[in-house]
Amino acid sequence: MPPLKMNAAAWGLLVVSGLAAPFLVYPVFAMKILCLALFACAFNLLLGYTGLLSFGHAAFLGAAGYVTGHTVKVLGFQPELGILAGTAAAAALGYVFGSLAIRRSGIYFAMITLALAQMVYFMFLQLPFTGGEDGLQGVPRGKLFGMFDLMQPLYMYYFVFAIFLAGFWVIYRTIHSPFGQVLKAIRENEPRAISLGYDVEKYKLTAFVISAALSGLAGSTKTLVFQLASLTDVHWHTSGEVVLMTLLGGMGTVFGPVIGAIVVVSLQNYGANIGEFVTVITGTIFVICVLAFRRGIVGELAVLFKK
Amino acid sequence: MTGMFGVSIQGLSGQLLVGLLNGSFYAILSLGLAIIFGLLNIINFAHGAQYMMGAFLAWIGMTYLGVNYWWALLLSPLLVGSFGMLLERGMLKRLYKLDHLYGLLLTFGLALIIEGLFRYRFGISGESYPVTEQLAGGRNLGFMFLPKYRVWVVVASLAVCFGTWYVIERTKLGSYLRAGTENPALLQAFGINVPLMITLTYGYGVALAAFAGVLAAPIFNVNPVMGSNLIITVFAVVVVGGMGSIMGSIVTGLGLGLIEGIVKSGMIANLLSATFDSVPVAGSIVYPIKLLFSPEASAVTVFVIMAIVLLVRPAGLFGRER
Repeated sequence: MPPLKMNAAAWGLLVVSGLAAPFLVYPVFAMKILCLALFACAFNLLLGYTGLLSFGHAAFLGAAGYVTGHTVKVLGFQPELGILAGTAAAAALGYVFGSLAIRRSGIYFAMITLALAQMVYFMFLQLPFTGGEDGLQGVPRGKLFGMFDLMQPLYMYYFVFAIFLAGFWVIYRTIHSPFGQVLKAIRENEPRAISLGYDVEKYKLTAFVISAALSGLAGSTKTLVFQLASLTDVHWHTSGEVVLMTLLGGMGTVFGPVIGAIVVVSLQNYGANIGEFVTVITGTIFVICVLAFRRGIVGELAVLFKK
Repeated sequence: MTGMFGVSIQGLSGQLLVGLLNGSFYAILSLGLAIIFGLLNIINFAHGAQYMMGAFLAWIGMTYLGVNYWWALLLSPLLVGSFGMLLERGMLKRLYKLDHLYGLLLTFGLALIIEGLFRYRFGISGESYPVTEQLAGGRNLGFMFLPKYRVWVVVASLAVCFGTWYVIERTKLGSYLRAGTENPALLQAFGINVPLMITLTYGYGVALAAFAGVLAAPIFNVNPVMGSNLIITVFAVVVVGGMGSIMGSIVTGLGLGLIEGIVKSGMIANLLSATFDSVPVAGSIVYPIKLLFSPEASAVTVFVIMAIVLLVRPAGLFGRER
């Protein structure tokens, strides 16, 4: 198949399976996948298309979740406003992180983002409004635009699906815009991009903020789905998980992170009864991906189809 | 006895000792990371897990086999170091030609596996490791109580750190290592077995982590997650110091530990209050800075300093871009 047709087919499959999902699987499970898939796609914009490995993306997911939880639960915001507030907070945090982290590259970039995220983790552990170890519980889902009661699982699901599609579309457009081409040029050869006259730091920072904002969108939505904002979402394990989803699905591919999210979330859901072994299995998949499977599922499939 | 800036001498010297202790651990762990990065170009995310393995092996040895502290201090790093060399030969070796990031990802996966296995076997509540009799107790200095074991930890880790520095910077063996850091292909052309040297270097770095783990066992609770939180702080230390210099890692580690101790004693927050609170506008401008350096925020001190260093001197205090 020519790539254009294949892309259209993949979009079709995505929309159809997304629309049908709540009738096939447990809606909360499907919503969790959508949130984390959006998170992974936002992360992939940075790792896959700009070549920046952030090891602190949990900070954006978690911080947005706390802001949404607080604004909706304590300040009585409408759900759509709460999500906007969370996303804006994540974008602002992303600006701060990004400004600091892009001062170094490569391995240091990863360590800086990880350290900053750990700092955010400690802050949320101690700040009074987060509820410490318990997190923010019982966040009301509210009524969307004052009309649709989101306690109805189907309303909630299609709201989440719409958010996912909107976020995914933004990422898709970003990747395929002239801006996205410059990002790829930076990934491939940074000195060359500089010598061609591009303000590389500005491009990196913009990509970082977009990625952080969309991760925040995912985190805000997740908080409404589970009616909970907790420390788990800020923990470095979550930062590692999003790397795994992207790596497993195929970094630098449009649909890879979605596949990766489906696999990892399913593993966690159905593997819950094996307890601590989930961590061991996650680690093993990491090792296998790095040693033998660096293109990821979608990347390998693409190679197969090209032959 | 009166104190300084509203902090008693007892309080300050107690926190300084804790700071020195933490600083020794930062120093020995960031030294290991720097040595490994120098030759392998890999950030060893499993360093924390290997530190934890060192502590656990000491505990297992004592509980099941009756191995005493001194033997544990020797055997545990040897065992964990050998395990590290197996990992290097079996896995890390395949990544040298790839982007550095894959090394980070692989060792991250390894850290998850090791931590997960220990959690599965030992739970997360942790085990306690008693201080060996020879080092139990302490001395009352009049203004503070000085536990013998903590002094030993500081002395032992500094001895190991400076010993390592001496070997790398002042001996023939060290000159091979430095040459390998600069240009491994050329060194190999001179007939040095570079792959073996890389394996041994990784083993040594891992053994340093395990050694720190055994030192830590009697002070901190021995539990499967003891390494992962510490190692993220050590990453920040490494960013502050830069990995280009061995002495730089040691000095940065110790220094940050001490600063953390001073912040914990409340001296910096009090000092800022005393200076700026009477000035009308400055007081409120300094307020957020004061919060960041308040004793409650001492967990984030190292990260705050990292952010400041990145703003002022992006390459790190002793770093050079590579």
